[in-house]
Formats: sequence, structure tokens, C-alpha cells
Amino acid sequence: MEYLSLFVKSIFVDNMIFAYFLGMCSFLAVSKNVKTAAGLGVAVIFVLLVTLPVNYLLNTYVLAPDALVEGVDLSFLSFIVFIAVIAAIVQIVEMVVEKFSPELYSSLGIFLPLIAVNCAILGGSLFMQQKDFLNIGEATVYSLGSGLGWFLAIVSLAAIREKMSYSNVPDALKGLGITFITVGLMGIAFMTFMGIAL
Amino acid sequence: MDAKLKETILNPIFKGNPITVLVLGICSSLAVTVTLKGALVMALSVIVVCGISSLILSLLRKTIPGRVRIIVQLVVVAMMVILVDQILKSFEATYAIDKQLSVYIGLIITNCIVMGRIEAFALGNKPWPSFLDGVANGAGYGLILLIVAFFRELLGSGTLFGIDILNRFGYVPNNLVILPPFALILLGCIVWVQRSVQKDLQEK
Repeated sequence: MEYLSLFVKSIFVDNMIFAYFLGMCSFLAVSKNVKTAAGLGVAVIFVLLVTLPVNYLLNTYVLAPDALVEGVDLSFLSFIVFIAVIAAIVQIVEMVVEKFSPELYSSLGIFLPLIAVNCAILGGSLFMQQKDFLNIGEATVYSLGSGLGWFLAIVSLAAIREKMSYSNVPDALKGLGITFITVGLMGIAFMTFMGIAL
Repeated sequence: MDAKLKETILNPIFKGNPITVLVLGICSSLAVTVTLKGALVMALSVIVVCGISSLILSLLRKTIPGRVRIIVQLVVVAMMVILVDQILKSFEATYAIDKQLSVYIGLIITNCIVMGRIEAFALGNKPWPSFLDGVANGAGYGLILLIVAFFRELLGSGTLFGIDILNRFGYVPNNLVILPPFALILLGCIVWVQRSVQKDLQEK
């Protein structure tokens, strides 16, 4: 039951995009049509699901105070360790996908390497550090939920933007401006979940 | 100062602003704009990180092999961010800097402005212009951050830098402004204003 509430919470209440604005750059750049948006969303879910538990283990057994050697606190290294792990895993995932499923590889294309610098991935690890999860199960559930929340957000924005191309937007607001405002309004809609106590 | 250097400094602040024109670095920026103080700390951190990592990578540009440059960039930027984070932590108690800010300071590593400027400018230019370019882009980012934070703190809490401005006139703080989505709406409005002035930026 605890896992379920953490899962629902990480998808809706703590949504990466609408509550924390993480992964905004690629979110705005790749949300012009639903198909590519869904591709990027799947890639983000996948990479989050792999990197976050690994970083959780590193954080608990290597970086935390007194974890590796008694009296040594390595937590100041966490940024550099997390980003190195993410970059390495993205590289490995890219090679594995290319080898075993060339089809998926060509459909994900450029998005896969770009995910290394997607703030949602590093942000997930940094929030994990703040949230003090009890065990790796919780960290995994949290990573899956945040990834799904990101997927949900980018696919719905892409769908809205597809429809919006038929509407008459003021010239100066076209493209970027109206997208910002749309995301803001979607964020307000997502605020309704905040009242839910889980 | 010659014209090219001047252009390097002035362009990122308005005409080629990293946030409103290039759409870089929005990720880590909007959650810190609830108060002017948070925005100021974030803006200064980004200016420092962006300027100095551009300088270092520009000095190293001839020795870094093209294949491993991304990882070298990440390491240099991460090192700068750790330094900034440690410095801020030592001031945390004295200046009561928000703890939540620490997550967003960490996210400067993946801030596309830093990586973008290194990739696009520092790797092809001499150290001094690269340093100025990094600082100017950080400043352009900081400017937008401060504008957004100004409105959010003034309308959301009725204060500026924690000093009461509107509340003494019986202003009731608007809680919507403090919520994250309003930052995006405000940003949309800034883009709107800028593109009404600079018609060449409008999208078809």
C-alpha cells in the first residue's frame, strides 16, 4: 500500500514537469507532435528507471557519512558521481539498444544521448537524496512514477500543441509564448492533485 | 573595447537572451523565483559557473580530443558547481539561504546554458572572449530570473527582498502567484513583450 501511494504521488502530486519544472528544455523542444514526444517519454522512463536505483545504492553505501570508511563523509561528491553514472548508463543503454533492437534505436534516434543532460534525470537522483528512502524498492517505485509523470506531461502537451496549430494566436505569442502559457495552465490543472493526502 | 567584444557581451542580455530566445536553461530556473533573494543567489551562481567553466574549457580547447569532450565538459562544470555549492553551504546559516535551493544549484550541471555556451562558443574562441560570453549569458539568464522573481514576490507575498512593500496598504497576497505555474505564465508574457518589440523573432 505504501508503494502504491508513493507511485501515485510521484506521478501526479510531485509531477516532474508541473510541480518542479524539470526537463523543461527538451519538454518544450520535442513536444511538437505526439509520436516523437512519446518516443522521448519512453526513453526518459527507461533511463530514470535504470539510473535512479543505481544512484540510490551509491548514495547509501558509498557517499553517505560513515558508509564506506568510518568517519569519512563523501556526500560533497554526489553531484559528480551522479552525473558520471548517468552519462555512463546512457552510453551503455545506447550501445545495448543499438545492438539488440536497431528498430527501437532508430526511432529514439538523437533523444537517447541527449537524455544525459536532461534535468529530470539528475533531478530525480537529487530529490531521491533529499527524500531519504528506506530501501531500494521505494527508490525504484519513485523512479518509475516520476518517469511516467514526465511521459504523461509531454504527450499531453504535444497533443494540445497539435490542436493549437489550427487556432489563431497573436503573432508575438506564436510558438514559444503560447506554449509557456499552456504549460502554466496545465500546471494549474495539476495543482488539484496537491490537495490529495497520500 | 572593440565592437566584437561589445557585441559578445550585449547580445545575450537582450537580443539573444538564453531563456526567451534560445529557450535554454528553463529547467532549473523557475522554482527559485518565488523570492528575489533566491533568484539573486541562483543568478550569481550561474554567472560564476558559466563564466569560469567557459574560461577553463577555452584554455583546454586544443588539448581535448573531440570524442571525449562531453565528459570533460561535464566534469569541469560539475567541479565548479560543487565549489559554488560548498561556498553557499558555508553561508547557509549566516544568510538563511533556502535548503531547497541546493537541489537546483546541483541542477546547474545539466543547465543547458552552461553546456550550450561551452559547445557553441568556448571551444572555438580565445579564453578572454569565452569568459565574457559565459558571464554575459549568465547575466542574461539572471535578468529574466530577477524580473520573474520581482513580480512573484511583490504580488505573491507583498514584499521585496523580505521587506514589506504592499502589505502595509492592506494588500492581500495572491497565493496563485507563488505557485509554480504562474512563473511559466509570467515567462510567456515576457516573451510576448519581447517579441512585440523585436518583430524579427516572431515564429511563423
